[in-house]
Amino acid sequence: MLIVGELINSSRKAIKAAIDAYDAETIKNVAKAQAEAGADYIDINCGTFVQDEEKRSRWLIETVQEVVELPLCLDSPDPKVLEAGLLAAGDKHQPMINSITWEKERFQAVLPLVLQYKAKIIALCMGDGGIPQTASERVEIATQLVEALTAAGVPEDDIYLDPLVQPISSADEAGLQTLDTIRGIKGLFPKVHCICGLSNISFGLPNRKLLNRIFLVQAMSRGMDAYILDPTDIDLMGTLYASNALLGRDKFCTKYLKAHRKGLYEKSI
Amino acid sequence: MDNKDIYQKLTAAVLEGEEDSVFDATSALLENGVNPLEIINQGLIGAMDEVGQLFKEGELFVPEVMMAAQTVSAAIDRLKPLLKEGDQPYLATVVIGTVKGDLHDIGKNLVALLLENSGFAVINLGVDVSSQKFIDAVVDYNAQIVAMSALLTTTMLQMEETINAFAAAGMRDKVKIIVGGAPLSNEFANSIGADGYSEDALGAVRLCKQLMSTC
Repeated sequence: MLIVGELINSSRKAIKAAIDAYDAETIKNVAKAQAEAGADYIDINCGTFVQDEEKRSRWLIETVQEVVELPLCLDSPDPKVLEAGLLAAGDKHQPMINSITWEKERFQAVLPLVLQYKAKIIALCMGDGGIPQTASERVEIATQLVEALTAAGVPEDDIYLDPLVQPISSADEAGLQTLDTIRGIKGLFPKVHCICGLSNISFGLPNRKLLNRIFLVQAMSRGMDAYILDPTDIDLMGTLYASNALLGRDKFCTKYLKAHRKGLYEKSI
Repeated sequence: MDNKDIYQKLTAAVLEGEEDSVFDATSALLENGVNPLEIINQGLIGAMDEVGQLFKEGELFVPEVMMAAQTVSAAIDRLKPLLKEGDQPYLATVVIGTVKGDLHDIGKNLVALLLENSGFAVINLGVDVSSQKFIDAVVDYNAQIVAMSALLTTTMLQMEETINAFAAAGMRDKVKIIVGGAPLSNEFANSIGADGYSEDALGAVRLCKQLMSTC
């Protein structure tokens, strides 16, 4: 199981303000909190700073690395920002790139970075035609992505396919399409990983945290083995460790018991 | 049962998405001699206004708005053949789309649904819509309003380009351009020269009505 901590993202108001003011203290605290809560990677996204995203992202990376010994997940649609971020992050850890797609231009721009920096790569199951609605179309794009990436020399173990999560509030079967996509991918490429964010599933509905938690469990039972989430949400993390143990992926239940001792279940039981 | 009670029943049925009850209510109104256009305007569009208001207040959620809108559409479709020529509920034609580079469409589709059920003819161009496509659609459909949506800070800049493209084509005075989407604000809308901004779907409908009454 791989957890990417999603909190350092400039679309969140507090983070936007901190980046705007070069408030290193706030950023460091959020980075530390995520590391302590069990994140494996720290996502770095300052996409709302359209004018100077590159400069802001370098500052973020340096600031986070001063306090946290974790690899970073560099999150930008702009290959130039990704490259600057990969350079700034250094080669102490294996970086993760968020993300590549099967859109021709984006694929060709990001692939060289994946190879040069031997990065883990998040690949969204979408192409030039936008987001495919059905699972079979997404699996088809996933197949093309995996074949092209591995042919270029990216190990299967470094590929994290994002089956894409869309709100059930606007299409009843949106969750099901994601779940069926995961199953399709895992059937074809058992060594390739699946990753996703959760909050989109519950957009437009009340009790979002409940829906997010349950969808995490449903996705995990189909083979999802990585998430981009808020690791400081103890209910969510408790659910994740419990589900992982129940699926036989937690030897001697060590992670589950560690979560228990950290108090992740005190409220819910 | 008098018409007032039937209208109330109709609104309740729209809120519940009960298509059969909506049809029963419209049939009852027709039998009482109510003009079909009035049923659409007072009954169905009126019910949709209430749905929009409840959504704004957080009482209703996105799927419920969609359900209600679908019910109202079905009922309007059944009444349309009964309308006299030139009696169609029509306020204006709106061309709507998510700007180039952006694939988000939930909010935009919600606005399109509410507009459709408020008497506007809506041409929904979908997502990733280029400036040229907006311009072509305005020409083809003789539209009076262009509604643009963007959910990304990177793509909201595209709105200004489209507005400039309308100016370059000499068409800026011919259409009202409105914008919406999570990262936008009134200030941003003003700064790019848009004619209006709304932060929610109901507001977008009001904005369109307002723009049409002032021109």
